[in-house]
Amino acid sequence: MKKKHSSILRLEGVQTLLASLLCILGGLLAGFIVLLLIEPSGAWEAITSVLQSFFRYPSAKLQLKYFGQTLTRTAPLIMCSLSVLFAYKVGLFNIGVAGQYVAGACAALYFGLALRMPWWVCMIAAMLSGALLGALSGALKTYRNVNVVISGIMLNWIALYVTNMILSMDGLKNPMSPYTMQLRGVNPGALIPQMGLNTLFGNEKSVTIAIPIAVIMALIVWFMLNKTRFGYELKATGYNYHAARYCGMKENRNIIVTMMLSGALAGMGAALLYLTGIEEWETTISSVPAMGFNGIAVAFLGGLSPIGSILAAYFIQHITMGGGNVDLSVYCAQISSLISSLIIFLCAFVAFFKLAIQNHLRRREEACAAKAVKGGEDA
Amino acid sequence: MILLTQYTLLFASVLLLVALGGCFSERSGVINIGLEGIMVVGALGGALMMKFLPAELGAPVMIAATILASALAGLLFSLLLAVASINFKADQTITGTAMNMLATAAATVAVKAMNTAASGGSDVSSDIIYTRAREAFIVRFGNFEFNWFMVVALVALLVSWVMLYKVRFGLRLRACGEHPQAADSVGINVYRMRYAGVLISGVLGGLGGIVYITAGVSSWKFENGVAGFGFLALAVMIFGQWKPFRIALAALLFGFFRALGNVYTGFDLLSSLNLPSNVYNMLPYIISLVVLALTSKNSLAPKAEGIPYDKGSR
Repeated sequence: MKKKHSSILRLEGVQTLLASLLCILGGLLAGFIVLLLIEPSGAWEAITSVLQSFFRYPSAKLQLKYFGQTLTRTAPLIMCSLSVLFAYKVGLFNIGVAGQYVAGACAALYFGLALRMPWWVCMIAAMLSGALLGALSGALKTYRNVNVVISGIMLNWIALYVTNMILSMDGLKNPMSPYTMQLRGVNPGALIPQMGLNTLFGNEKSVTIAIPIAVIMALIVWFMLNKTRFGYELKATGYNYHAARYCGMKENRNIIVTMMLSGALAGMGAALLYLTGIEEWETTISSVPAMGFNGIAVAFLGGLSPIGSILAAYFIQHITMGGGNVDLSVYCAQISSLISSLIIFLCAFVAFFKLAIQNHLRRREEACAAKAVKGGEDA
Repeated sequence: MILLTQYTLLFASVLLLVALGGCFSERSGVINIGLEGIMVVGALGGALMMKFLPAELGAPVMIAATILASALAGLLFSLLLAVASINFKADQTITGTAMNMLATAAATVAVKAMNTAASGGSDVSSDIIYTRAREAFIVRFGNFEFNWFMVVALVALLVSWVMLYKVRFGLRLRACGEHPQAADSVGINVYRMRYAGVLISGVLGGLGGIVYITAGVSSWKFENGVAGFGFLALAVMIFGQWKPFRIALAALLFGFFRALGNVYTGFDLLSSLNLPSNVYNMLPYIISLVVLALTSKNSLAPKAEGIPYDKGSR
C-alpha cells in the first residue's frame, strides 16, 4: 500500500501538478492577504468573486456568453505560452513573445483592414511577422552573441511603437477613438468563422473555431517536441549546446528555427484574438500588452507541458476576467494581475520544490531499506 | 539646446544609477532582469515620501528622506530576487520577470487602494502627485534646471568605482561572479557576497526609479510602470562592459537619444522632418539593439553570472 503511494509521487507529472497547485494556492493566499490589508470586511467576498468569475452572472445564458468570451481570450494565451515553452525547451527564454504577439496583431489587422484579405491569409501574415521578429532575435543570438532576453525586450518596445504607427494610418484607425476600425464592419471575411460554435455559448459572437485551433496547436507542439527527430534535436541543443554540435546537429540553425517557430506561435495567438472581433487595437497604448507576459506565467504554471498550458491558460484567464467582479469602489481589477504575478514568482521555486520531494522520497526509501536490513538481522 | 542638455543629464543619471545596480548584481553572479520592477517599487517608495512629508521641512530634509525611502523600498524588493536565486537556486530570469510583473501590479493595487480610500471611492486612479515636493530637488540657473539627483548619480559612479576596484570587498565580489568555487576555496562566503551584490542593485535601482519619475513630470501613473527603462539600463550595462566609467559614457549616449524624444519639437530641423512621435519613442531601443549587435561579440560578462552557486558542484 505504502509503496503504491510513493510511486504516484514519483511520477514527474504528479510532482508538476502538485507544484502548480501549490503555486496557485500560494498566489491566492497572498492575494487574499492584500485584500485584507486594503479593507478586511469585503475581502472574502472579493476573492470568491475573482474565483467565481462568470458564474456570478445571474442567468444561465449570460454565464454561457461570458464563459465563451473567457475561452476566446484563452486561445491566444495558450498560443503565447506554447511559444514560451517551445523556446524554453531549447534553453532560450523568449521574453520577446510579447513583441511577437504585437507584430502578429499588427499584421493580422493590417491584412484584414487595409488589404481586405480573408481570415486565413491574415492569420498566416500574423504568423510570418511574428516569425520574422523571433528569427531576428535568434540570428542576433547566434551571429552577434546578443542575449535573447535583452534583444527580445528591445524588440518588444520597437514592435509596439511600429504597430501603433502602422495601425493609426488613415482608414485603419477609427477617427472617433484611439482604436482601430471594427473588422465586423469593414471586412467581415477577415473574422475567423464560427462554424456554429457560437450557438453553444448563448450566441456569443466572439466564439469561433479559434478555440479548437489553439487546442490543436498545443497537441501539434506536444507531438513535435516528443515524437519527432526535429523535436529531439531541438531539445538536445537545449540540454547541451556543445554536445549537440559534437553529434553533428546544426546547433545555430536550430536556435534560429526555434525562435522563428516560437515567434510564429505568438503571432498566431494575436490573430486568434483580434480576428474574432472581440476587441480592437488601441493605437495610443504605451505599454506592451500583458498577453505575452501572461504567456510566460502560463507556460511555467503548466509545468512547461503543452497540455498543462491549456489548463493553466484557462485558469489565468478565468481569474483575470474575475478581477472585474470585485467591488470597484473599494478594490481594483488589477488584483488578478497581482495574483498571477505572485503565482509566476512562486513557479520559480518549482525546481526546488521537486528536489525537496525527491530528497524526501529518497530518504524514506533509505530508511525503509535500513529497516528491512535490520529486520533481516532479527529474523 | 539647454532643455536637451538638461534632459540628457537627467535620463543619463537614471540609466547610470540603474545600470550600476545591474553591474553590482551581475558582478556577484546574479542576473538581475528585475531591475525594471525594482525601479517601480523604488519610485513608489520615494513618491509616497514626497507626498506625505510636509513641505515645510525644507529641501535638505526632503531630499534625504526621499532618497532614503526609495533606496529602502528598492532594497526590500530586491530581497525577493536574493532569497529566490541565492537560497533557493531558482531560475534568475524567471524570478526577475515575475518581479517586474509583480512590481507594477502591486504598485497599481497599492496606489489605487490608497486613492480610493482617501477619496471615498470617487478617485480610482493610480496617480501620485508630488508637485511641491519635486521643487526641493531643483535649482534653477537661468533656463537650466539643475537637479540634485545628477549629483547623486555622479557620487554613485565614484563610489561604485572605488568599491569595485579599490577595496577588498570589490575584489571578492568580482571573484564570486567569475569563479565562485575558487572564491569559496579561499574562504569568501559566496552567498553573502551575492546577497551584497543583489541588495546594492536594489538600492541603486530604487534610486533610479525615483529619479525617472521626477525627471520631467510632477505626477506619476503607476499603472504604466517605468516603460522599459530598467531594460534599457541593462543594455547600457552590457554596452558599458560591466565597467563603471564605460557605463557612464553609455548612459550619456542613451540618455541623449531618450531626451531627444522629449524635446525634438523644439528643434526646427527635427520638427521639419515631421516624423511621428512613435519614431522618437522607439529610437533608444533601436540604437541599443544595434549597439548590442556591434559590441556583444567580445563580451566581458562575468563568467559565472546566471548560474546558482551550489557548494556541492564542481
